[in-house]
Amino acid sequence: MSNIPADLRYTKSHEWVRTLADGTLEVGITDHAQHALGDLVFVEVPEAGRSVKANEPCAVVESVKAASDVYAPFAGQVVAGNSRLTAEPETVNTEPYAGGWLMRLKAAPGSLEAAQLLSPADYQKLLDAEGG
Amino acid sequence: MAFIPHTAADVAAMLATIGVRRIEDLFDEIPAELRVKSLAGVPAALNEMEIGRLMSERARRDGLQLSFLGAGAYEHHIPAAVWAITTRGEFYSAYTPYQAEASQGTLQTIYEFQTMIARLTAMQVANASMYEGASATAEAALMAVRANRKSQSARILLPRSLHPHYRSVAHATAANQGLRFEELPFAADGTLDRSALARYESEDITALVIAQPNFFGRLEEVDALTDWAHARQALVIAVVNPTALALLKPPGEWGARGADIAVGEGQPLGVPLSSGGPYFGFMTTRLEHVRQMPGRIVGRTLDVAGHEGFTLTLQAREQHIRRARATSNICTNQGLLVTAATIYLSLMGAQGLARTAAACHARSRELVAALTRVAGVRQAFAGAHFHETVLQLDRPVAPVLKALMSRGILGGLDLSAYYPELGHALLVCATETKTSADIERYRNALGEVLQAARAA
Repeated sequence: MSNIPADLRYTKSHEWVRTLADGTLEVGITDHAQHALGDLVFVEVPEAGRSVKANEPCAVVESVKAASDVYAPFAGQVVAGNSRLTAEPETVNTEPYAGGWLMRLKAAPGSLEAAQLLSPADYQKLLDAEGG
Repeated sequence: MAFIPHTAADVAAMLATIGVRRIEDLFDEIPAELRVKSLAGVPAALNEMEIGRLMSERARRDGLQLSFLGAGAYEHHIPAAVWAITTRGEFYSAYTPYQAEASQGTLQTIYEFQTMIARLTAMQVANASMYEGASATAEAALMAVRANRKSQSARILLPRSLHPHYRSVAHATAANQGLRFEELPFAADGTLDRSALARYESEDITALVIAQPNFFGRLEEVDALTDWAHARQALVIAVVNPTALALLKPPGEWGARGADIAVGEGQPLGVPLSSGGPYFGFMTTRLEHVRQMPGRIVGRTLDVAGHEGFTLTLQAREQHIRRARATSNICTNQGLLVTAATIYLSLMGAQGLARTAAACHARSRELVAALTRVAGVRQAFAGAHFHETVLQLDRPVAPVLKALMSRGILGGLDLSAYYPELGHALLVCATETKTSADIERYRNALGEVLQAARAA
């Protein structure tokens, strides 16, 4: 059973989104996603200042078997990439919703609404439908 | 005979199983207008006897000219053991093997090769090889764009004094992938024109390519150029000659931080000239960029019982796993040539390679000294050089080369098509394979040819 925190929103491609106190949005991959990938050996996060389009690949998570893209859930600008993951990629496995965040973004006007993020309940339904 | 172990019955059974009527139907999704209807331009197949005869005739046409031609491919003595060992059945496969880990010997050979190339270049990590120097340079440019995340411009500065074929391959390979190549001119002494860098002072540059030696055989100020690029957050791509590295400062030690990527043509390391190929390229980088490096990489590891073993590593970057987002479409290496290079380097050793490089340098100096004593010949660029140099003749080069060839001498490369601005320029080369008598023969022949041309 995957851990799906109630205070986050989700995407169909298994990212989570958290609104921070200052309005920036933190993005990571879900517990389900890290579990499916297996032990991560490398994480590439975007540089601060980069502009991203919705659904643009902007980070890479690599396990021994596969490398997967992580997509920007909405359009915006990168405020920070989690540099801790360069040296400790396994943090994404051990704490996907905390120290394992991938990037912080400032959403472009209207982009968050356009993104149609999933509620925890809807994300759970998605996992049920995928057999997870 | 066709080396396909399926009988017509096998094929019919397979088609029936997947519910397809004819093999042709498997290609349905390729639009008709994209399909070649016939192979009219391809001649009929030759049998083994015919092809053998054709190839010997072509080889005979090459003749056994005394060669002073370099320009990216170099005639070196290859110890007999190199190809005697390389062509053993155990090694005689061109590729990294499928089920790679079942072939520990092959992987170990590649690992040794990577180690030797990394040491030669003083870089931290080498891959299992590329196709040749030109495509390795193009791949290095693509890699620099992936690795330099501080740069958004995908702009690569390419010296005009880089091998013209390398420049055209880089354009052909990478220009359609959004890279912008900008050409840096050379100065009056044949090295990169430093004043041309001024216009890039405050601009976003992804990488600077530095050839050492450059196409004219001139040595560049690699330390200053490397530091200049790094100060502007640009990566440095070194294009180097492996023989020269035995004497010159290796790219890993250029400037304060060293080059970021080093590539080159591996042919000088035990591969015969063979009318232009097959050759192999090498590629090295710093550990921080290893995940952006194309190609195969062999790593050393321990198995579950704690025994040392070798494995293909970092494969998640590659096509068979990462599909369209792979770092490159190269997913093999030049296995046989790498085997030869590994044996060559192990036979030569560091000292042997340094002696070869020193002999090349001595011979090319002797050649230049001899040829510039001929009336109508002068050296185009003064200053330090390795392997080869540009001569300026008092008349067009092509007829001179033709006359030399009729005397059994390949006199060098006519640069007029590549560098019209250099006038009647001839690139000449001498390696350790040339004797003083050979050089004397060239000098006499050139003197006679030029004198005859003047008299005519």
